[in-house]
Amino acid sequence: MKLAGLLMLVAGWLLIVATIVLLGASPMRGAFIAAGIAVEAIGLGILVRSHLVLRGEHG
Amino acid sequence: MTSAPALSESSFALSIVLIALVPFAALGLALINTGLGRSRSAAHTMLTSLCVLAVAAITYLVFGFASQGTAGGPAHSLVIRGTAWNWIAAQPLFFRGLTYSDSTSLIACLQMLSVGLAAIIPLGSGSDRWRLGAICASSALFAGITYPVFAHWVWGGGWLSQIAHLGIGQGFLDCAGSGTVQVTGGLTALSIAWIIGPRRGKFSHDGMPTAIPGHNSVLVLVGCLIALVGWLALNSAGSLLFAGASSGRLGLVVINTLLAAFSGLLAALITTRIRFGKPDTSLSANGWVAGLVAISASCAFVVPATAIVIGAIAGILIPFAIDTFEFRLAIDDPGGSIAVHAVGGLWGLIAAGLFARVLGSQSGQMLAQVIGIATLLGFVFPLTYGLNWALDRIYPQRVAVEGERQGMDLHELGADAYPEFAIHTDEFIPR
Repeated sequence: MKLAGLLMLVAGWLLIVATIVLLGASPMRGAFIAAGIAVEAIGLGILVRSHLVLRGEHG
Repeated sequence: MTSAPALSESSFALSIVLIALVPFAALGLALINTGLGRSRSAAHTMLTSLCVLAVAAITYLVFGFASQGTAGGPAHSLVIRGTAWNWIAAQPLFFRGLTYSDSTSLIACLQMLSVGLAAIIPLGSGSDRWRLGAICASSALFAGITYPVFAHWVWGGGWLSQIAHLGIGQGFLDCAGSGTVQVTGGLTALSIAWIIGPRRGKFSHDGMPTAIPGHNSVLVLVGCLIALVGWLALNSAGSLLFAGASSGRLGLVVINTLLAAFSGLLAALITTRIRFGKPDTSLSANGWVAGLVAISASCAFVVPATAIVIGAIAGILIPFAIDTFEFRLAIDDPGGSIAVHAVGGLWGLIAAGLFARVLGSQSGQMLAQVIGIATLLGFVFPLTYGLNWALDRIYPQRVAVEGERQGMDLHELGADAYPEFAIHTDEFIPR
C-alpha cells in the first residue's frame, strides 16, 4: 500500500512534467497540472493511511 | 538566472565573509536538536551533526556538484518539441570543472555548506534511535543524489528555472533554499521517522502519544539565536549567488530575515498561550526557526511588512502541524523537524508565489511555485524515501533495543555527555 502511494506521487509529478514539456503555453495546461496535483494528493493520502494501518498492526 | 552572476571585487569578498558565517545555522540546528532530545543522547546528537556536515561536504565534492553544476555550465539536455530541457549537469567529479577566480567557486562553497545544513535536519526526527553509521550513509545518499538533482533544477539552470520561458512567472523562485534546502531536508526527516519508527514508549498500546520533553530548553533557545546569525548569512549569500540579487538588496534581506524570525516566535508563543494557557518554550523556538525557514524563499523580493506576515503565519502553523503529526498521524519527531522544515518551507514557497515582486512579469509566479512544490512531493520525497528504505534493508538504521535503553551516548560512543548525572526514568515499562 505504501508503494502504491509512492507510485501515485511519482505519477502525478510525471503528469505535470509531461504537461509542461508537451503542451507548452496551451490553455489546457492548467487543467492537466491540476489533475497531476490531484493524483499527488491521493498518493499522499494513501501513504498516510498505510502508515496508520501499519502502526495499528505493529502497535 | 541563465548564468552564474558576475561579482565585483567587494561583492566577492562580502560573499566569502557571508559563506564563512553559514555554519552558525548548522550549529543552531544541532543545539536545537540536542536540547529537544534526551540527555542520554546529547553527545551523540552533537557528534552526528559534525559527522553529517563532513560526510555531506565530501560527498558533494566527489559526486554532488558534478550533477548539480551552476547556471550556464555544461549540462545534459533533452530536446522536446524544439526546446532543450536541461535535466542534469555534466560537470567533472571532484570540483575539477571549477575556476576559482569567479563566482562559480563561491556557489560550490555555499552549496557544500547548504547540503550539510539540509542533511542535519533529519537528525531531529531520528533523535535517540538513529545509528551513527546509518546517519553517515543516509547523509551521503542525500548529498550525492537527492539534493544535487533538485538543486540543479532550481539553481543550476535546470527545467524548473527554464519554465519562465513558457510565461510561467520567473521560473520557480527560491532565493536561499526554503524548498531546495529546507523542504528536501524536512521530507528526508519524514522518510526517516517512518522508516525507523517511533521511540520505544512514545505511543501507548492504544496509540496515544506520551510526552517525552526535551532535556535542555536553554540549549534550544541559545540554538535559535545562533541559527539566526547563520540564516542571515545564508539568506544574504543565497540572494547574491543563487537569485542574482544585487548587493544593494542585502539590507532588505537582513531586515526581512530578522522580522520573520521575530514574528514567527511571537505568533507561536501567542498561539500556544491561547491553546494551552501558557506559552510553550519548544514550540515557540520552533516558531522562530519556522519563520526563518519560510522567509528564505522570498527574502530579497518582499517588503518588510510582508516578511512579518510570512513569519507570523509560519509561527501559527507550526504548533498545529506538530500536533497533527504526533496525535493524528502517529509520527514521532522529537525535534519537530518535519513540521518546521517541510511545512514551514512549503508555506515559504507558497508565500513567494503570493507576495514576491521580482523584476519582470509576475504572471504565473504562483503556478511556478506550485510546479516546484509538486516536484518536491512527487519526485524528491519518493526518491529520498526509496533511498533510505533501500539503505535500511542493507544496513538497519535503527539502534537495537538495548542501545535505546542505555542511550545513544553510552551505546554508540561509550560515554555519556553528562557523566555526573545518571538519572534515567525507564520508558520501557508497559503502559
